[in-house]
Amino acid sequence: MTNHNGNQKNGDEKQTLVLYVEDKPGVLNRVASLFRRRAFNIESLTVGHTDLEGVSRMTIVLDADDDIAIRVEANLYKLVNVLRVENVTHTPTVDRDLALIKVKATIENRAEVLQVCDVFRARVVDVATDALIVEITGAEDKIDGLLDVLKPFGILEMVRTGRVSMTRGSETPTIHPEFVPARVPEENAS
Amino acid sequence: MKRKGAQIIWEVLVQQGVEIVFGYPGGAILPTYDAMLDYPIKHVLVRHEQGAAHAADGYARASGRVGVAMATSGPGATNLVTGIATAMMDSSPIVCITGQVGSTAIGSDAFQETDVTGVTLPVTKHNYLVTRVEDLAPALKEAFYIANSGRPGPVLVDIAKDAQIASMDFELDDSPVRLPGYRPDLRAMAEEYEHAVDLIQSAKRPLILAGHGVMMSGAMNVFLQFVEKTHIPVAMTLLGLGGFPASHPLNLGMMGMHGEAWVNSAIQKADLLIALGMRFDDRVTGNLETYAPNAKKIHIDIDPSEINKVVKVDIGIVADLKEALGLLNSAVPEIKYESWIEYIDELKGDSAVRDIQNLPDNNHLYAAHVIHDLWRITEGNALLVTDVGQHQMWAAQYYKHEQPRKLITSGGLGTMGFALPAAIGAKFAKPEEEVWVIVGDGGIQMTQAELCTCAQEEIKINIAIINNGYLGMVRQWQEFFYERRYAATPLKSPDFVKLADANGLRGLRVERRADVEAAIRQAQELPGTVVIDFRVEQEDSVYPMVPAGATLDAMIRRPNPISESALSD
Repeated sequence: MTNHNGNQKNGDEKQTLVLYVEDKPGVLNRVASLFRRRAFNIESLTVGHTDLEGVSRMTIVLDADDDIAIRVEANLYKLVNVLRVENVTHTPTVDRDLALIKVKATIENRAEVLQVCDVFRARVVDVATDALIVEITGAEDKIDGLLDVLKPFGILEMVRTGRVSMTRGSETPTIHPEFVPARVPEENAS
Repeated sequence: MKRKGAQIIWEVLVQQGVEIVFGYPGGAILPTYDAMLDYPIKHVLVRHEQGAAHAADGYARASGRVGVAMATSGPGATNLVTGIATAMMDSSPIVCITGQVGSTAIGSDAFQETDVTGVTLPVTKHNYLVTRVEDLAPALKEAFYIANSGRPGPVLVDIAKDAQIASMDFELDDSPVRLPGYRPDLRAMAEEYEHAVDLIQSAKRPLILAGHGVMMSGAMNVFLQFVEKTHIPVAMTLLGLGGFPASHPLNLGMMGMHGEAWVNSAIQKADLLIALGMRFDDRVTGNLETYAPNAKKIHIDIDPSEINKVVKVDIGIVADLKEALGLLNSAVPEIKYESWIEYIDELKGDSAVRDIQNLPDNNHLYAAHVIHDLWRITEGNALLVTDVGQHQMWAAQYYKHEQPRKLITSGGLGTMGFALPAAIGAKFAKPEEEVWVIVGDGGIQMTQAELCTCAQEEIKINIAIINNGYLGMVRQWQEFFYERRYAATPLKSPDFVKLADANGLRGLRVERRADVEAAIRQAQELPGTVVIDFRVEQEDSVYPMVPAGATLDAMIRRPNPISESALSD
């Protein structure tokens, strides 16, 4: 199926956008609503505070090719509360996902679970008589890998944050760009 | 000075130059209505809030200034939605002010509570929910600024009742609005203009597609200079009509589904399309796969999200059109494309004008006659407000516009019921203009309650109802594509002459071609609003027609031409 945006369900093309938005009520809704009504597919969306007061930061992973990503970016800029959009897909970034996994671990096989976690550098953050909660941080495929090997033990519950990304190096984005007043047309200008 | 929220609203409105508000009062907006009486702003009471939004829209389109609509919470606000969506699709600057239940009651399903900022989120350029009196003036100032800058559009400000009642120390200040995330005036890079000039110089068969943006950016003069310097022929979108004089030899006329046949053929043959302030709506492109297959494309638009949205272009320039054309004018050389223009002239044999000449000369009344006669009698100077459907297309084909902001029509959303309330707004914006509404028997019945608004306000507009007893455009589709199975399109109407009379207006009826002129002249002379019920041929269709999704030059033409002499002049 191809919709009018040319979005194809091949799942291969992923784009990562980093957004700086004003921390105001309803802004998340505005962003999400834009993706819904323009039929852009979100893979994951995370949002949180930044070091700047009144500014939140989103990392959005999209199912889209480069052309659609440009249109998504242009549409995001039309939202008054969006301060800055950065497509970091083709820039070197540090990408992290965090997962909490509650996995069955009986006395007999607990050591085996712990050993698997150790290989993946996951931490055990809670222990019950017949289950463990494992915390793992890393790129998505690393978490997918741990999930694969934990599955045979029995996963009871799982939560993932979705990707957060930051570009490498010392550059920081300009979140408050220079203010440019808009031209308001004069009445009946010809 | 101590000011209540309600007073602050009006003070900001006065400061923004607002002279008129179209609205409907109710509980949650009552404090604001109470304060209104102390301010020099006229209020027009509509009969349904949809009419208020359309009237504000008509006002904005006729004047280029922001139109203002006001309504109460809940149903008052939701009734605005169709009008807001109409303004959004056609980039019309309006500000809608709605009352909201008290801030502590929000979310409790209070009486007449609706999440109006939620409801209107996808159909506004931006919206606000104001719950504190301190936030009121900044929100309103921002609303006006956002509505009328960049690509214009509707902005809604929803104001909790307690914020209208609360007082604060308030001084009006005229500091500019500062919105760090709002940068609507992007400027293209010089290289992009250079590339555009290269493409224009190397083209053999270039064509300009001129849209609403020409008018909205006030680019009419620079556009005329551009055309006269480059001699590139111009095709118009529906909303673009008037942005370039219809009588100009390089103006080919309207493109698209019911555009001139030669225009669509020229688009398909062109080797360069220069799209100016238009958005390649599906009604102008037809099948995208086969659209303008030989053409390179330059697209200039103020909205970056329009570039490459539906048609992939070779050069996309994000800029205000007036500024962009100014830059291009100084960069392009004088050019002529003589053989291309000769070629288009040859195509012209195939035209809408020819279509009207092919109407049977049997003294039956055809809508094309009515509109052609109206154009002739008003000398093309009327401010025309149309509804949506067959009459709208005939108006676009047969009423030739020389000046901007003289054709007001719902293009993108195609909102039936738009014409009458929009005309009321347009009349208030341009009281000196002769305003004519062209509307079908279906559309008028959607908002005919506003006839009494015309009577109450004692305004003079003329309403030409193109009455064919059907929802005509839908009937036409049924005729062409659904084997004449007329499901739910035959339409009974009230006696429009009596309806006019019941509203304290004059009504006239015309059934024969010979009586059209006298009726139009009588309507012009009568003092108040006049309704003319034109009983036209019932199963006439709009030609030419590109079926939805077909290739642009695959047009359905009028079958069996009968007479060449039906046109009296």
